Amino acid sequence: MSKTYYDPADLRKFGNITDWNEELGNKFFDYYGKVFEEGALTAREKSLIALAVAHTEQCPYCIDAYTKDGLQRGITKEEMMEAVHVGAAIKSGATLVHGVQMMNKVNKLEM
Amino acid sequence: MSKKSLLARNNDLANTERQLEILSNGQFANGELPTFAKKIAITNQFPLRPKKLEILQINLGYMCNQVCAHCHVDAGPDRKEIMTKETMQECLDVIKKTGAHTLDLTGGAPEMNPNFRWFVEEASTAGINDFIVRSNLTIIRANKKYHDLPTFFKKHKVHVVSSMPHWTRGKTDKQRGNGVFDKSIKALQELNAVGYGMPYSPLKLDLVYNPSGAFLPGDQLALENDFKKALKNEFNINFHHLFAITNLPISRFLDYLIASENYEDYMISLVEAYNSEAVKNVMCTNTLSVSWDGWLYDCDFNQMLNLKVASKVQHISEYNEELLQNRNIIINQHCYGCTAGSGSSCQGVVA
Repeated sequence: MSKTYYDPADLRKFGNITDWNEELGNKFFDYYGKVFEEGALTAREKSLIALAVAHTEQCPYCIDAYTKDGLQRGITKEEMMEAVHVGAAIKSGATLVHGVQMMNKVNKLEM
Repeated sequence: MSKKSLLARNNDLANTERQLEILSNGQFANGELPTFAKKIAITNQFPLRPKKLEILQINLGYMCNQVCAHCHVDAGPDRKEIMTKETMQECLDVIKKTGAHTLDLTGGAPEMNPNFRWFVEEASTAGINDFIVRSNLTIIRANKKYHDLPTFFKKHKVHVVSSMPHWTRGKTDKQRGNGVFDKSIKALQELNAVGYGMPYSPLKLDLVYNPSGAFLPGDQLALENDFKKALKNEFNINFHHLFAITNLPISRFLDYLIASENYEDYMISLVEAYNSEAVKNVMCTNTLSVSWDGWLYDCDFNQMLNLKVASKVQHISEYNEELLQNRNIIINQHCYGCTAGSGSSCQGVVA
């Protein structure tokens, strides 16, 4: 048993989740594959969205996977960093917008 | 980035036997990954056999004006191995009678061979359909004596295939050396100026893309579109096609993989991306590679690993196409590089 929670080698075993529930596992991977196909958005755009979300979700497997995916697609590091900032901006914005709730509560409680 | 070849640095990996040892050890020796021979045997593709010969690829020498970080030839200014005029003549005799429709000159920088122009003039009259010269582009700008190469290529209807790892300066220079990007852009503009790469022009100009690191190339067509858009918008450059080529784990790229601790993961990526459809059209099945000193190989990579063809005929001086076609192709773990994803060859994807 690994002494750490995350092992980079586990990413390659992702497909094994079907071992314990083949039907749901397969449905997930079919869906996943379909989502990333070229559509109204290009596969390149989807890769950058995935990279941004990987960061906001703080999923180390996804960060490894979509950094590599981006490099394979010729996405530059400047584009990748901008995508990460988009994620960070939404994440911090989501925190800060709750400041309005705090302000509302203060205004209600204070004389 | 080193300015010297592995050979000049006395690097362990300049020894091809050492490279083959590495490729057979580790994950492949302990059974974690299947050897290439075992993998192709699953789909009854072992032993790998040649199909009709289509491409004769001739390496005019390992001398080059660049020292690219990923170079599988270990080429550079310090490499002195270049083809003599006598060996060129032997090649010409073969070119005249071969059934191959494509002649592919490579190096090093083939233009640096002092008999390059004579050889091109002679070969261009031998009735070959597609006559390729693999030019690194910067050679055109390297010295005044090479400035007229675009018109020379045009005169002999040469199909120019050039390396271009990215449409941005940073990525290109990191792989190929400082200043390479700007010189390459200038050279491409000069090739365009004489008609190369222009829409509908019969003067063919294709680019070769190699990933600049330990990852595989993405979709060839998508990359071609991105390259076209960026090079057209920023530099008004036109070209015809982009060949996406996978870096094979040999020579300087192998050295990089090991030094950067990417070797094991890279081999896993190659094996995981294995595609048996790509095996059907892998380039060693339709190509013969000739070294600067006239030896024959299944491909350019086997040449660099010093794995000569498994045939009675091993040298251009005793060339016999019929005998050569009746051989088993020599394989090793580096071959996974040509069968990953859509496959990879000197002509780009194969599946």
